[in-house]
Amino acid sequence: MSDSQQVLRLEALRKSYNVGLPNETEVLHGIDLVIGRHDFAALIGPSGSGKSTLLNIIGLLDKPSEGELYLLEQPTSTMDDDARTALRGSAIGFVFQFHHLIQAFTAIDNILMPLMLKQGKPDRAAVERARSLLAAVGLEKFARTPPNQLSGGQQQRVAIARALVTEPALLLADEPTGNLDTHTAAEIFELFRQFNREFGCAVLLVTHDLRLSAACDRTINLVDGQLVGDALNENRVLTS
Amino acid sequence: MIRFLRRLWTEWTIAITFLRDGRAQTAMIMVGIAVGVAVIVFVSALIGGLQSNIIARTLGTQAHIRLLSPDEVNIVLRPAPGTLQLLQEDKRAQRLRSINNWQSITAALDGLPLLTAVSPVVSGPAFARRGEALESVALVGIDVERYQRIIPLRDYIHAGQLRVGGGDAMIGRQLADKLGLRVGDKLRLETGQQNNAVVNIAAVFELGVRELDARYVYLDLKQAQALLNLPGGVTVIDVTVEDIFSADKIARQIERLTSLKTESWMETNAQLMSALTSQSLSTNMIKVFVAISVAFGIASVLSVSVVQRTREIGIMRATGATQQQILRVFLIQGGVLGLLGSIIGVAVSYTLVWGFYTCGPGLFHIPVAQSLVVMSVALATLTGVLAAAIPSRRAARLDPVVAIRYV
Repeated sequence: MSDSQQVLRLEALRKSYNVGLPNETEVLHGIDLVIGRHDFAALIGPSGSGKSTLLNIIGLLDKPSEGELYLLEQPTSTMDDDARTALRGSAIGFVFQFHHLIQAFTAIDNILMPLMLKQGKPDRAAVERARSLLAAVGLEKFARTPPNQLSGGQQQRVAIARALVTEPALLLADEPTGNLDTHTAAEIFELFRQFNREFGCAVLLVTHDLRLSAACDRTINLVDGQLVGDALNENRVLTS
Repeated sequence: MIRFLRRLWTEWTIAITFLRDGRAQTAMIMVGIAVGVAVIVFVSALIGGLQSNIIARTLGTQAHIRLLSPDEVNIVLRPAPGTLQLLQEDKRAQRLRSINNWQSITAALDGLPLLTAVSPVVSGPAFARRGEALESVALVGIDVERYQRIIPLRDYIHAGQLRVGGGDAMIGRQLADKLGLRVGDKLRLETGQQNNAVVNIAAVFELGVRELDARYVYLDLKQAQALLNLPGGVTVIDVTVEDIFSADKIARQIERLTSLKTESWMETNAQLMSALTSQSLSTNMIKVFVAISVAFGIASVLSVSVVQRTREIGIMRATGATQQQILRVFLIQGGVLGLLGSIIGVAVSYTLVWGFYTCGPGLFHIPVAQSLVVMSVALATLTGVLAAAIPSRRAARLDPVVAIRYV
């Protein structure tokens, strides 16, 4: 895979907690990983395997202890907080398990938040984009509704729309269907599929739902802080 | 700059939304700030009004600075080197005498921009006699035009007309009562220098100071000079100044300029000055402590708000907010709380002043100066921003990974 087709490359990435203390523990033991421009990958592994830590590092929320992370071919270990924030804001979209919307803002304002933080008062194009995303997730009627009046599935749709509003190259999702019923989970998964297809953004889903991971193009398996498997899936069907 | 303001719009919007979202909390701290600001503004206005009232009453009946002839002293020859001189000296009696060259001094003082009025006066002791009754009085010979600008005699006239000269005199109400005099009556003045005169009472005044009302007899400059045996002389030059609190300083300047002895109102009213100073000190302390408690109120409310919003801060950081942006969101909240709270506080203080006039004794005017209002609002806003600094820094430094998992 040539460089220009990579969105993310990890080289010998390690992460330790409590560095220098007697209880120092290494949770990621040298990860090498490449995610391509249009990948649709699942990151699976048992609880405590380091999935969330790895996802936070990839999302530039956390820093690796050793190794290098290239995002859009830019090395990130030497960046300061502002540069990391700027890169995160433009290149990465986050979807969390508990949707994490800001309750004080309406659905549309939540979607606009990344653009507001990046460029200030949203212009007409930004609002248009937020509206079309809201329509794409099937919630055009709920633009002015505060999140706490939406169902769990609807809130997660708003969160996905928010993650996509900056047209990120990489969409990270941490157990995005973790607290949804299977039917709603399938719908949300289909949305990821749809956006991967339509916008061409790479998707990395953290899950321990094996049915979900089997429906992705690629499954990356993390056990005890090491990659133990990375395979393309043959027949990708999500059975609900 | 415009780009920065455009970006600031986001922080502003988030800050206002957070404040509106936590309505009860916002309302409570606003009330706290409003009460604090109201106390500061009202106490400042009240004490300011009280002090200027006291000063106006004090200075209404006296000049700001009095210029007198220097005291007469014995001239002692210096002993020859190497000799010891033992000296017993009796201080000289200070006789009534004129200020040398007072015309040119008056003309020079007239040209000083710091002074608002200059009035040469001749003043000395005398007796007022009516029949068998004898009262000791102070003769004050004035040039009405000039003197009126030092003490607005016209405002104090109790009966009769403001008029001296041509054998007319004005006396205080106490003296009039004691001697049973009315406007139009005659009064005999004796100075013990064979210069006696009978004057016509043109007016009875009431300065409101018992001592002055019992003793002052205003005459024409010329007649007083004749009575006191100081033809063409004056004993005092009364002066008023623009800024009353710089009277001391100006007195020193005039002293150097004219080599006359000066007395400023601040020296003659030293007790009043120290009372006013300690009053100002105590009100300033009240103001400072109220301001401190308001600042702590803002800081503690924002600290709680940062904890409450930890997860949202994490979300914003994950969606591209920089540390500076989070910092500004909370600084703006502090500033807005200070601004709005102080505006409410100013409104409350106007209500208090109104209540004071309506229900209270209403003895004196309480001026709520615009500068005081503007200063209070500006300071409260600044205090809000400063008080927000510590919680804001904590918010900005939250680790997004930890913050986002905070429940």
